[in-house]
Amino acid sequence: MRELTLDDIDNLVLGATLLGTGGGGDPYIARLMVRQAIADYGPITVVEPHELDPEGLVLTTAIIGAPTVILEKIPSGKEFASGVKALATYLGKEPVAMMPIEVGGMNTIIPLATAAELGLPVIDADTMRRAFPQIEMTVFTLAGIGASPMSIADEKGNLAVFETANNQTAERLARSTVIQLGLANAISCYPATVAQVAKYGIQGSMTYCIELGRLLFAVQRGEEGAYDAFLEFAHGRKFFTGKVIDIDRRTTDGFAKGTVVLEHLDDPSRTMRVEIQNENLIAFEDGVPVITVPDLICLLDHENAQPITTETLAYGQRLDVIGLPCAPEWHQPGMLEVVGPKAFGYDVEYTPMEVTAK
Amino acid sequence: MSGLRIGIDVGGTNTDAVVVDDNGTVVASHKAATTPDPFDGIRAALDGILAGVDTGAITQAMLGTTHPANAIIQRRELDRVGVLRLAAPSSLAIRPGADWPTDLLANVVGPTAIVGGGFEYDGTEIAPLEVEAVKRFAGECAGKVTAIAVSSAFAPASYDHELRALEILEQELGSDVLVSLSHQVGTLGLLERENATILNASLFGVARRVVDGFHAALLKHGIEVDSYLTQNDGTLMTAEEAVRLPILTVGSGPTNSMRGACALAGLGDALVIDVGGTSADVGILVDGFPRESSAAVEVGGVRTNFRMPDLISIGLGGGTVVRGGAGSVSVGPDSVGYRVSTEARVRGGSTLTLSDISVAAGRLQGFGDKALLDDLPSEVVEQALRWVDDQIQIMAERMKATRSAVPLIAVGGGAHLVADKVGGTAEVVRPQHASVANAFGAAIAEASGAVDRVYRYESLGREACLDDAKQLAVEAAVRAGADPDTVRITSVAEVPMSYLPGQGCRVQVKAAGPLAR
Repeated sequence: MRELTLDDIDNLVLGATLLGTGGGGDPYIARLMVRQAIADYGPITVVEPHELDPEGLVLTTAIIGAPTVILEKIPSGKEFASGVKALATYLGKEPVAMMPIEVGGMNTIIPLATAAELGLPVIDADTMRRAFPQIEMTVFTLAGIGASPMSIADEKGNLAVFETANNQTAERLARSTVIQLGLANAISCYPATVAQVAKYGIQGSMTYCIELGRLLFAVQRGEEGAYDAFLEFAHGRKFFTGKVIDIDRRTTDGFAKGTVVLEHLDDPSRTMRVEIQNENLIAFEDGVPVITVPDLICLLDHENAQPITTETLAYGQRLDVIGLPCAPEWHQPGMLEVVGPKAFGYDVEYTPMEVTAK
Repeated sequence: MSGLRIGIDVGGTNTDAVVVDDNGTVVASHKAATTPDPFDGIRAALDGILAGVDTGAITQAMLGTTHPANAIIQRRELDRVGVLRLAAPSSLAIRPGADWPTDLLANVVGPTAIVGGGFEYDGTEIAPLEVEAVKRFAGECAGKVTAIAVSSAFAPASYDHELRALEILEQELGSDVLVSLSHQVGTLGLLERENATILNASLFGVARRVVDGFHAALLKHGIEVDSYLTQNDGTLMTAEEAVRLPILTVGSGPTNSMRGACALAGLGDALVIDVGGTSADVGILVDGFPRESSAAVEVGGVRTNFRMPDLISIGLGGGTVVRGGAGSVSVGPDSVGYRVSTEARVRGGSTLTLSDISVAAGRLQGFGDKALLDDLPSEVVEQALRWVDDQIQIMAERMKATRSAVPLIAVGGGAHLVADKVGGTAEVVRPQHASVANAFGAAIAEASGAVDRVYRYESLGREACLDDAKQLAVEAAVRAGADPDTVRITSVAEVPMSYLPGQGCRVQVKAAGPLAR
């Protein structure tokens, strides 16, 4: 068990921006929320599963909606606590810890603010260790753990608790509820026991994200050897350094789809194309897929190593394309059906990064 | 009858002034050091340019100034501001002033309140405006602040609550307290817009003094004409508008410089390199406007959502220090800065600088005594020059948006360091009057209007929505003084709303045009 410092939180925010792989919402708002929550309710502790009762209930919370809307409709804070409490009441059991569903993007941070308000610790685990756009895209789905019963709450006191037959239906039901409730809401789903989190969750995600952020800050400060240390820790690799020469964006069924083409800074004959659906999903070098989902494609500003989100991509930007392997817990039967390239509609085989890395 | 325009740019180091005629020809120019009281510099600049000019022919006067930016950076002369947010029950998780530097917060932010009000993305109310709470807030502010900043959720699209709150505040507090409304200040992003609105309100006093001082300086020469201030995006607002929206003028300096350089060179699309004593900045203009940076812009340590020109800077200037001998030459990043005129070797000093290298290579003439460099090995000169040429080429390549070669315009006191041929660029252009490019940029600036809102394409269709946004932008530009016959759309950006079924899209459109005569 350890208490998070404000430095930890800044590191976590930067790590979460990176793991958002272009999507997942800007964690800046979440950072301010958690700082206020700590000021108002006291510090947050992170625990490992073995420190808790295996039968104890772990609840999640996350923001669900549209990032553009969240920029205007900042959370109240109360919607997260009330959604968690409603689900606990429905289940007839009090939670012993909070957990992020996704360590990647702003939802890495939101559960911390709620944990501070409810006086609960945060368990050092999650179900994605990156950002994904849909509720069923978790290692819990692979383990057969249901996303429901789940709750959705808004800042005005509107609240829904529901159960669904499968996680895909949970996704659709959640999405249509959110449209009615103003597109910036709290969701609490995947209730699980501590034992389930220990067995089926991705372990150590919070610690991983904090360390990733710490190492990336060192890169941003231009420290000697920092880039190598950062890549080594994440088992990552820099695949490409180029300038955005073409960008195409469109919205279809709630996905900000897009394609960005980079031309290599040193060798204009080399190009890299990145396919985007909210998050960066597949990177092709000269037509050959070199990084494929669920492995992570991170775009960093070439000058200052700041992670670039899909919404801020612009013509002429100079970017480093970094590949990071997905959490090892993803590698199990069923992964490709849930989060492989074909799950996003691409007729591309998943090629683990380790294989394509030269 | 041919009219004349005055352009003045007060920068951190220099105050430039020009008189420009209708054809864009520089009739008179003046450059002097910026003075501790900037109005001394402005008065001196006007004296300098108006000596041989028929002041009766002057039709407009434009000012670009660092006054408001300096007031924020130095935390001087700022007004105390009450902060009212209309968004509850949303947004309570982040109070106003979160993430501000503590000294600026203590200096500027007075009473704050988040009260019921604001709008959803679809234009429905989050909550009805909590009138009693607004009145209570007015009571808390009475006697404590001179300005109030009001921001509501989704104000760029729906600002009824901000207007209603303004009425209530004026009823309660009278005209002693000036109010700034967020929908007039910024774009989407409640926290950044609120920050900008607070800063804006804190500058009301400074802005009034700037505009009054400018008018007084003009009046001393018998000039009573329409006057304007330049904005970050290179366009103009009237002096009266600037008094209400001073925050929009911070950071107009680099924009004026780039636009001025481009116009002096007679180009619309070009790279601009501004080489000073310590550093070189490269930017790019497309259709006469600087490409904007996508990063969030901090003003005095406060995050805002303004757009600023995309610039790359490196430590390469006339005063940059050169070390080592043949084979081991290293350049910078430190510089002797303005002391280059005494410390450079060719001026009898003891520091080898890039200006010395430029003199030795024949790129810079008339700066000092070349004979003082007789013992300098030619390899050192060659190696330092190669470094300079490489750096400039890399910066130019990185800033370009396409593979095609564009012209490179070289300006600034250190522009001699830029070679006559730079790889990846079509040509190197050194425009006349480049030393007063900032003031020229102010003098030729246009009026503009902008729109930033969320549209639902499925109801009207994309084309109709874009047409609507363009029409609104054009109307705003004409209201700002643009000639209706020549106003044009200068940028259109569409950002689809992700994670949202349907075709919601944030549309940002700008229009600009020359001032109506």
